[in-house]
Amino acid sequence: MTMGAERPMRNPSSGTAWGQGPWIGPGILLVALILFPLVVRNAYYQHLLILVLMWVVIGSGWNVIAGYTGQVSFGDAAFFGTGAYTAGLFASKLGISSWWAMALGGFTAMAVAFPFGWICFRLRGAYFALASLALNEVMRHVATIWESLTQGMVGILIVQTYVSKVPYYYIALALAVVSVAGIRMVVASKWGYYFLSIREDQDVAESLGIDTHFYKMISLNIAAFLTGMAGALYMNYMGFIDPEVVFSLHDISIMAILVGIVGGVGTIYGPVVGAFVMVAVHEFFRTGFFGLFKLLAAATGSAMVETAASYVAQAHVLGFGVLVVLVIRLLPNGIVGDWKKIAGRGVRPGSQGVGQ
Amino acid sequence: MEVFLQTLVAGILKGGLYSLIGMGMTLIMGVMGIINLAHGQLMMVAMYLTYVCFHYLGIDPYVALVVSMPCLFVLGAVIQKYALNPLMAVESILPENQVLMTVGIGMVLTEIARFIFSSNYRSVTTTYSGSAFFVGGVSFSVALTVAFLVAVAFTLFMFWFLVRTDLGRSIRATAQDRDAALLMGVNSKRITIVTFGIGSALVAAAGTLLMPVYYLFPDIGGPFTRKAFVITILGGLGSTVGAIFGGLTLGLAESFGATYIGMAFDDMIGLLIFILVLLFLPGGFKRLTKV
Repeated sequence: MTMGAERPMRNPSSGTAWGQGPWIGPGILLVALILFPLVVRNAYYQHLLILVLMWVVIGSGWNVIAGYTGQVSFGDAAFFGTGAYTAGLFASKLGISSWWAMALGGFTAMAVAFPFGWICFRLRGAYFALASLALNEVMRHVATIWESLTQGMVGILIVQTYVSKVPYYYIALALAVVSVAGIRMVVASKWGYYFLSIREDQDVAESLGIDTHFYKMISLNIAAFLTGMAGALYMNYMGFIDPEVVFSLHDISIMAILVGIVGGVGTIYGPVVGAFVMVAVHEFFRTGFFGLFKLLAAATGSAMVETAASYVAQAHVLGFGVLVVLVIRLLPNGIVGDWKKIAGRGVRPGSQGVGQ
Repeated sequence: MEVFLQTLVAGILKGGLYSLIGMGMTLIMGVMGIINLAHGQLMMVAMYLTYVCFHYLGIDPYVALVVSMPCLFVLGAVIQKYALNPLMAVESILPENQVLMTVGIGMVLTEIARFIFSSNYRSVTTTYSGSAFFVGGVSFSVALTVAFLVAVAFTLFMFWFLVRTDLGRSIRATAQDRDAALLMGVNSKRITIVTFGIGSALVAAAGTLLMPVYYLFPDIGGPFTRKAFVITILGGLGSTVGAIFGGLTLGLAESFGATYIGMAFDDMIGLLIFILVLLFLPGGFKRLTKV
């Protein structure tokens, strides 16, 4: 790929990616998140925030490999699913608590990431992206076909440990905080600079003596570890998995990319913002604009509105697709990455063209 | 032996169509340096066009080629002009923005198809859909044979077009070196638009030709995008000759895999080949043939 040459270099000292970013905003957010389940008792909103926190972890993982190291991965579901299946198989095959997977799920995901990266990091750019997509599909097929181990499409059902959402909430929060803080640390370290140099120009990085293959592997394994942990959490929280759910290309891999690019590629807090936005958008469509259509249908008694409501509920993938197109077109660096542009012009992000 | 020959024939016939799919992808790849992840979805659009032509207008799928190919040419050109080209001017961190954009476009196309046609399986059943002729005990599906021959014709035409015509030469020049082509007076922006159009039209042809013997649902695009990708990797990125070999190889591998290993592994075989090629023949057939 020769596209690197056409791309302007980003000033590495700008943005919050570097070492001493702001602590106040994230600090307030953290306190708010800690207090949230004490204030909001509604299980539905607690559930949504657990999902948001899970996506913070996955999105942050994706951001390490794609945002910082520049290797766009379409295969996050492979790691997520591996983590989830680790938890599921612990319970169904070994008869031990699926919580053990919170400790081991990340490592099994790394066990998938290691051979994959070792082979596929000889590819660059879009080819690597496609290779990771292939990994996603291979894992899904394996989980579907290998019925003696995974029970195929029947899936794995476990009994959740807690009825209340609160314990899950705090576990998810802890995981999210650890991953964001961990990534912040890694990115500010020497490794972070190596990652960035690989993203900006791999050949130059190589000529400076950086073992690009090695550091890409490290980056991928960090991503896989976090995503695998998130997968294990998902299994423990949801209690049910099947290959179509946890190895889903659209619902996991593409969603991870969306969380990354909507929030801001290559920024620490981008995935946090992205996770909030994407879960909100997902719910927005799934609930038919938060029940707005249902209300309308009940109010007007019109069958057409009711049909429209059912269409809207199915349209979340369409909504995602349109969102991808719009975000890439208008906010190529995401909400956090283009924050100056949004704030500086004092206009809504959607209302201006950027194609100067 | 009979089974072997039958499998061979089925693989080659399928491979002809795959070559057509791969050629469109490799053209786009070569000229723009990006992978079009909406390739299979464009094919899906063409298949739905064929379906509509057949069921509502009573047009035979082979005649529908004159509808689906121009339509997809326009669709491809519009995508390139209004969605992909503007991205070149945008400053962003990830160079893969255009690829991500094609993913978004693919999602939008799939979901629009789902809105219009629902997720139900559709098919175009013509009088010749099930018919076959026999040569020495080996059956040739009529529809697949016709598809194969048309695919070969399109392939030959593409060669003539790329080697002999001005536009074809401009496309090859842009693929070799965009900046140099620009200096030589090639309007490379226009070339990218035309190329995406041609690539889409080629995959449209494959989709339309496949329709009499295949089924159709909105999500069919994804598997074909992956197939197109495997073909391009197999053949060598940006190589037209490679795409033909890649298509044939994939067709044969799938067909033999389905016969001798099991139908369930149909999709995985392509991916397995993909990994093997990466391991043992990085660069694909292009490295062997140097074309």
